[in-house]
Amino acid sequence: MSPAYDSVAVGDTLAPLTVHLERADLVRYAGASGDFNPIHWNERFAREVGLPDVIAHGMLTMALAGRVVTGWAGDPGAVVEYGVRFIRPVVVPDDGVGATVEVAGTVKEKLDDGCVVVELLVTFDGAKVLGKALATVRLP
Amino acid sequence: MAVNPEYAGRAYPSSRPYDVGAEKIREFATAIGDDNPAYHDLDAARALGHAGLVAPPTFVFSITFAATRVAIADPGLGLDYSRVVHGDQRFAYVRPIVAGDLLEVTTTLESVRSVAGNDMVTARSEVTDAAGELVVTTWSTLVARGAA
Repeated sequence: MSPAYDSVAVGDTLAPLTVHLERADLVRYAGASGDFNPIHWNERFAREVGLPDVIAHGMLTMALAGRVVTGWAGDPGAVVEYGVRFIRPVVVPDDGVGATVEVAGTVKEKLDDGCVVVELLVTFDGAKVLGKALATVRLP
Repeated sequence: MAVNPEYAGRAYPSSRPYDVGAEKIREFATAIGDDNPAYHDLDAARALGHAGLVAPPTFVFSITFAATRVAIADPGLGLDYSRVVHGDQRFAYVRPIVAGDLLEVTTTLESVRSVAGNDMVTARSEVTDAAGELVVTTWSTLVARGAA
């Protein structure tokens, strides 16, 4: 199920992912993660602190992007490193439509120890939301 | 009031161990929309060689951020929590986290600085198991934007 290290080449693309987020998803993630910051569920509060509307947890976006890597690797335990920079928030309006996040992954580097580095491109509303999004995966 | 650079290197131990539960792993995986069997089905996790359900790679943040929050809320640090945004996040695993793990976290303020009016603090959390072995190291960089 996991791709073999020898069969992977730099430039290979991983199966992409499109995720639709609505307010209810942020509520569920708040409960699951323990992050109840009101900017992720309270529109009045979000606007008061200068945001255009409720925004998704940055860590939720990071987790969604990670799904492309764990889906490709098969065994989530194969992910040995994962890091991102949070560049831009994902705004989730309460309009029955919500927000759409797109994730694409590409093999960027093959390391000597049987690991490969995947670079993730995560976009919302046509712009990158995560920067320097890199995951290192140990392959069989 | 700018952040206090003398707080660099200060360490904060875990308040109490965190009991990684199978149901919480299932709940978290569902919340991120991931039906990977390793997160939900014990037989599938075991077939991959794990002792229990595997936690998704970002799951541990819930634990490390609780510890980080204690560190960054230290009044002597001088970080204005009301203006803090999450800048960067990174995880480096020794082994995956599985249901049944009992984890403790020590958080160190690895870097404390002011750059162009913005305060930036990097908190490094070392997560160890009941045997005292390192499981994962995480780094969270938090940014408090300046008044301008």
